[in-house]
Amino acid sequence: MFRLLPAALLLMLAIHSAQAQTDVEKRIQTQCILAEDGDIIEIPAGNFTISSTLSLDEKKNVTLRGAGQDKTVLSFKGQKQGAEGLKVTNSANIVLENFTIEDAKGDIIKTQNVNGIIFRDITARWTGKPDESNGSYALYPVQCQKVRIERCTAIGASDAGIYVGQSDSVWVTECTAKNNVAGIEIENTTNAWVWKNHAFENTGGILVFDLPDLPKKRGGHVKVYDNLVARNNYRNFAPKGNIVGTVPAGTGVMVLATNDVEVYNNKIWENKTVSTGIVSYYITETPINDKSYIPYPSDVSVHDNIYSDGRRMPTLSFKPSYRICIGENENGTFANLRADKLSLMSDHISRDKAPFNCNR
Amino acid sequence: MNAGSHFRLFTAGIAIISLVTGLSFNFSEDIAPKMHLSDYRFFTGNLSDLKPADGVFEYEVNAPLFTDYAEKQRFIYLPPGTSVTYTGQGAFEFPAGSAIIKNFYYFNDAVSRGKGKKMAETRLLLRENNGWKALTYIWNSTQTDADLEVAGAVFPVEWKNRDGKQMHIDYVVPNTNQCKGCHSYDGKFVPVGVNAAQLNRNNQLQLWAGLGKLSQFPDQADIPALFDYTTVGDPGHADAALLEKGARAYLEGNCAHCHNPHGPASTSGMFLEAAQNDRERLGVMKPPVAAGRGSGDRRYGIVPGKPNESILLYRIESTDPGVRMPELGRQLVHNEGVALIKFWIKSM
Repeated sequence: MFRLLPAALLLMLAIHSAQAQTDVEKRIQTQCILAEDGDIIEIPAGNFTISSTLSLDEKKNVTLRGAGQDKTVLSFKGQKQGAEGLKVTNSANIVLENFTIEDAKGDIIKTQNVNGIIFRDITARWTGKPDESNGSYALYPVQCQKVRIERCTAIGASDAGIYVGQSDSVWVTECTAKNNVAGIEIENTTNAWVWKNHAFENTGGILVFDLPDLPKKRGGHVKVYDNLVARNNYRNFAPKGNIVGTVPAGTGVMVLATNDVEVYNNKIWENKTVSTGIVSYYITETPINDKSYIPYPSDVSVHDNIYSDGRRMPTLSFKPSYRICIGENENGTFANLRADKLSLMSDHISRDKAPFNCNR
Repeated sequence: MNAGSHFRLFTAGIAIISLVTGLSFNFSEDIAPKMHLSDYRFFTGNLSDLKPADGVFEYEVNAPLFTDYAEKQRFIYLPPGTSVTYTGQGAFEFPAGSAIIKNFYYFNDAVSRGKGKKMAETRLLLRENNGWKALTYIWNSTQTDADLEVAGAVFPVEWKNRDGKQMHIDYVVPNTNQCKGCHSYDGKFVPVGVNAAQLNRNNQLQLWAGLGKLSQFPDQADIPALFDYTTVGDPGHADAALLEKGARAYLEGNCAHCHNPHGPASTSGMFLEAAQNDRERLGVMKPPVAAGRGSGDRRYGIVPGKPNESILLYRIESTDPGVRMPELGRQLVHNEGVALIKFWIKSM
């Protein structure tokens, strides 16, 4: 029975091939539906216009592979159905690699509830000038475990280019994020390493956030190192209501309300507002109704970064008991702002670094 | 050893266990997926008349899902001697070998229904021994039968609506994966709408229980019931209590299959079940999590008294695939639903 059904279905598809979807779109989607353990679904070279979300669900050990980022291009311009370009759900050990995917109405690639997901050599982008009408996330694993995003490029997201949400055990490496509101964002995620990436010309380069009201409550154990975070001065084009809409243009690295974050060995260059900010959720001026949410960051260490032509590194708003440490940073300057009061009067700004000594 | 001999060994084992323990096993056969809707023999006579055959009976729900003004006729098939098992919460348990059948069609003229109808698609949920299988059948142009289609399809449909307006859409048949975009609980495929609150209307459940089609139906207990939101009438003249009942039933029927802690929209933290008592979970003054441009430059899911500042309203009023809610199954705005939600938020 298991073997018979796909055969029967393939026969049917031959009959229905004249339907309005393009043949390639239909073939890829059909292969995704019928894929069995260990299958590799090859997408040939070419520019393909896709009208509806492509999806994989309840699969194990399946690879979706293009002929190369410059050869296989899936365009969702004019998408009619579904909010995402590609969606992978309820699966294990999935590999997506070697293609370009662009202009989805919502998120470009969303993976949810996948244990073992690799994004490799993928370009995910909105073409044209970065704009409010672009979708939210280019690469968007959420509620996943064992996430690897490597050698990918994300461009033009009106929220975050690479956005890892409510996940665990995450690598983001050798990626480029450009012209997004947030280049790379790690949100309510535990055990994430973000290294050797280039985040440039976004509104904010690399963000590590914990937000209220989510099923996965607490992120943390995040390392951000060996990255180039440069010239993230792009105007904030996020639609209102979104948390990244509160990130000021000119932000290099920002840690918001997260626990146990280490930011080191990064080159943080020419970010005009705040090179590295460690901030509480209060800075968003959004009411907190989630009783179990902790709005303050804690156990945050910033050291051995190289700053150049930046401003105000880092920005703080906490008590010493939250264990924030500021180590040696080349060209680093410092200010501590009280954001949990209504005003930013001068008496709420301190330049005293002593409470944040790493050797305490 | 081949699969067949495994199976024989297995059934032999079951028989022996049955003898030893005296337990009886209900070992219903799964329905094998078929190429054509007619192959199942769920209906007699002219197929598109949907006259139920033996073992098939029609059912109704209290708070239906809006899908581009399609009309729907719903049926259940139960194998002889089996029954559905009642539960107060969640989907009823269906016996292996049973099926849920949902037909989508349009009257050519919604005012003069005598002018005929166009069958668009029939969706089947087959209950197998180890879970549910979803299959979609597309009606042929002569309306004599419907053919299996797993990869989805798009075709034009036209009709005259209740206001006499000529409507036309590219009707979208979901692919198998999209089915699970809604039919999902903790990642597992589940039916939507065959639960006590949806089915408790017009003594439907009492009738089934009397006919032996529904087991473990509680005699005296309070059976939950969703409010039939279509009975609110003009929401502009409804009081706040009626709007609350109607809107919450509407959200349950149209949103809560995803927007619950175990559904695909659990990521949003916005939960729209009729039983949801936490107003912030419902979206009241709740900032969005990953709405992106779906926020429409609005700051909160629901702003009491201010529908035009509420993201919820923005998303149900939109037809943009990257903004609209629900994500699947809707291209047109459900004007009546939008009005209900608008006046509900206004009345808060």
